[in-house]
Order: sequence, then structure tokens, then C-alpha cells
Amino acid sequence: MTYTADEMMAVEAARRIGDGAVCFVGIGLPSLAANLARRTHAPNSVLVYESGTIGAKPYELPLSIGDGELAETADAVVTVPEMFAYWLQGGRIDVGFLGAAQIDRHGNLNSTVIGDYDRPAVRLPGGGGAPEIALGVRDVFVMLRHSLRAFVEKLDFTTSLGDRVRVVVTDLGVLEPRDGELALTQLHPGVDPEQAREATGWDLRLASDVRETDPPSDEELSTLRSLRTKGDA
Amino acid sequence: MPIVPLSDAIRELVHDGDTVALEGFTHLIPHAAGHEIIRQGRRDLTLIRMTPDVVYDQMIGMGCARKLVFSWGGNPGVGSLHRLRDAVENGWPGPLELEEHSHAGMAAAWSAGASNLPFGVLRGYQGGDLPARTRVGRITCPFTGEELAAVPSHRPDVGIVHAQRADRHGNVQLWGILGVQKECLLASARSMVTVEEIVDELAPLAGGIVLPAWVVGAVCVVPRGAHPSYAHGYYDRDNDFYLAWDAISRDRDAFRAWMDEHVLAAVPA
Repeated sequence: MTYTADEMMAVEAARRIGDGAVCFVGIGLPSLAANLARRTHAPNSVLVYESGTIGAKPYELPLSIGDGELAETADAVVTVPEMFAYWLQGGRIDVGFLGAAQIDRHGNLNSTVIGDYDRPAVRLPGGGGAPEIALGVRDVFVMLRHSLRAFVEKLDFTTSLGDRVRVVVTDLGVLEPRDGELALTQLHPGVDPEQAREATGWDLRLASDVRETDPPSDEELSTLRSLRTKGDA
Repeated sequence: MPIVPLSDAIRELVHDGDTVALEGFTHLIPHAAGHEIIRQGRRDLTLIRMTPDVVYDQMIGMGCARKLVFSWGGNPGVGSLHRLRDAVENGWPGPLELEEHSHAGMAAAWSAGASNLPFGVLRGYQGGDLPARTRVGRITCPFTGEELAAVPSHRPDVGIVHAQRADRHGNVQLWGILGVQKECLLASARSMVTVEEIVDELAPLAGGIVLPAWVVGAVCVVPRGAHPSYAHGYYDRDNDFYLAWDAISRDRDAFRAWMDEHVLAAVPA
């Protein structure tokens, strides 16, 4: 089966979710990846959305993190202060997914502004849960499409720290921390190492054991495609 | 205050220059109340809200706000709030001061406000550029010596939320995703709740909470008062509208035309 770059990203991120992992999930690709994992190799993984739904099992993927279906299918619904105090700060989340507009070689992320904070070229939505997710979960997974605009030598603003970033899944491959900075450890099928290096704003190192990502299986792809997002035609 | 029309409640409770919070975490966002504030032409408001949504995009674009206190300002699953961006990037229709927090910080500030405490405490605001750009302090735990973040509590002049229903005495019942609805009401000097309907008796509901009438300033009956947000058990989130808002709000003239037709020309509830 042929597949898109986004599908490769979702499948590769899903594979890294262990069965039983408690995952703090945002909207978009992370939600797709976590729901795919739950329906394939990780049926006991727990999806937590920051709106307060713990153990959500949506039939269709939500457009927002607070869609009604998440509450209806959840094991528990808690308030937002409880979510951040008891569950995130309480150290009960294994995996936290983050996206961003910019990432640097240490996995620090910017989701606040492009340009100067006081006179921004682009005002982005802001950190939301990211600053405390980045330091409050065991493992941070980042999903971000590769480009020079996104993979930068220097962030315009540091919204969250990269201390716990374990993996960055892009549309070209996978980056993981090696010897103090993110290095390329996987290339998706058909991607040349130079392609990834040219789309990275720092001198991206290739890990000595860099390997090719397994292409999505038929089962992964058909399960992924059965997950429609609300609001899609 | 008993059950009153929406326009009366806004006129009495919300004044120019007030600090106002319209809360609702995706669910139960009080859109109709925001529209009435716009119709009554309130100005210089400091708006507090964790996730400024389409309703704050509208209030900012219509010139109601002087300052925004928030933690995530986007259109969920869609992209930017274009009126918020235009205000911050270009000062249209006027400059907008920002006080930016994280979700965890805002949640702690709401809990502290509801608890009548001056600040909330959390393990957060560690490193990065945000601490230098916002109101946050550090305190040392007197028992362990751990250094923690202190955020000033939210104490708005007016807190406004939407809920599913109330009884004739003004007791309010809500269920589903509860967000910071209770904290917002209890932290505010004055408060009001818009509800879908009035019922004779509030039957107990699993997962539901009741805010007793004596902590609620005013109750207004506004069916579909959360639309395009949703009211669990009454109607779903209008995802199509959130998607459509992107094009409506991108252009200043298209935005004004939409507001003229759908908000300013509308009859208050």
C-alpha cells in the first residue's frame, strides 16, 4: 500500500508507545498516533487529554481536546486544576506528546512567537500545557515536519525545555539524543540522509547505527485510515 | 440575584475597565454572554481565560479588551485566532497587553483564587523564556527547601460561565468536562451563569456538580448560549463553525461584516 509522509509519522510514533503507557495527548498527529497504538499493539495504553479526560476511547478522532466524545468514553473526567496538579505534576504520566513551530538541537521547543516577543512577526498560540509537560512526564515525544524554518540553530523563544525529549519523529526520519544533542537515528524509506541534513538548520549528525524505518504495514495503514477526524468531509 | 435577562445581567455586572473571565475548557464556553458584552460596547476590559477561543477573538476584534491573561490562544485543531494575532502583531483595532502563563500556572491561579489565597504554588516555570515575560515568583518550601513557582491568584471582578441547567432558586448544575468553571465562579467578586434551561428539580447526576444559588450572582436562561462550543447532553460542538471561523476572521472587513450581521444586529436573549 502507498502511504503519505504524515501516515509514516503517525505509524512510527505509534510504534514507540508501549502497551500500558499512560500518554498525555494533544490534537492532530499525536492523537492519531496514540489512537493507532491503542488499536494495534498497545490496547492497554491510556489516553489522557488535558481537558480532563483520562482513559478516553474515541470512536472518531476529536477536532479539539475537549470534544464531548472524549468525556463520554473516558474512565474518569477530572477538572483542569486536578489534571495538572494531581495527574501531571503528580508524576502519573509516562509519555507526553509535544509539537512546536521551532526545535533546536537540544530538543528545546518554541510555540510562542516568531520574531521578537514584544513585536512578533508571528504570534503563535503559546505554550499551553507544554512547559510543565516537558518536565513532568517520563518521556517526551515530539512530532514535527522537517524544514529549515522548524529545525533551527537558535530558537526565537524557548517555551519548553528539551531535557526529557527522547524522540523526534519527522516526515523524513527520526532524531534521538546521542552524546548531548539530537542525532538522526532513522530515515524513512526513500529518504536520503542529505535530504534530512538540508532540512535542518544545524549541522545534523548521523548516528553510527542509523537505519531505515520499516514502512507502514497494511494493518497499520488500514487501522490508521479507519480513524476519521471529526469535521472532515 | 434571581433569574434575569442576559442583557440586564451584563449591564449590571460588567463595567468598562473591569477584569472579566469567561471560562469553559472547550465545553460550556459562554459565547452568548460574550456577544452581549460586545453589543453593550464594553471597553478596556482585562480578559482572563486559559484558552482564548473564538469568543475572545470576537471581543478582541471588536475592541472590548485592553489586556489578555491566558495560556493558549489558538483555534483548536484549526490554527490561529486571527483577530488576536492582528491585535498583538499590528495593534488592530487597538494595542493588546499580554500576560502569558502555562496551563498549569493558570490552573493553580484559579484554584488559589477560589481558595481566597494570594497565590498558587506549583512545580513549574522552570527555565525557558516565559518566566521573564510574565508574573511569576519563586518561593522556598519551609519543610523541604524545594524551590517552587508562585503565580498570583486570579480574582476577577466578574466571572462568567455557561452550564446545562438551573432550578427556580438559581442553583446551577453542570456535568461533562468541567474545566475551571467552579474555580472561575468562586474566585470572582461578582458572577453570572448562562444556562440551557430552568427545571423544577435538579435530579442528581453521576459526574455532575451543583453550584448553590448563594455563590452565583445571576442566572440567565440562554438556550444554545455556548454555541459554537457545546453543552453536554444538549448539543454537540459545531466543529464546522470553528473551521469556517478561520476564513471569516482572517480579513478585517469580513470579520466586521460577520459581527454586524450575527452579533450586533441580533436581539439580546
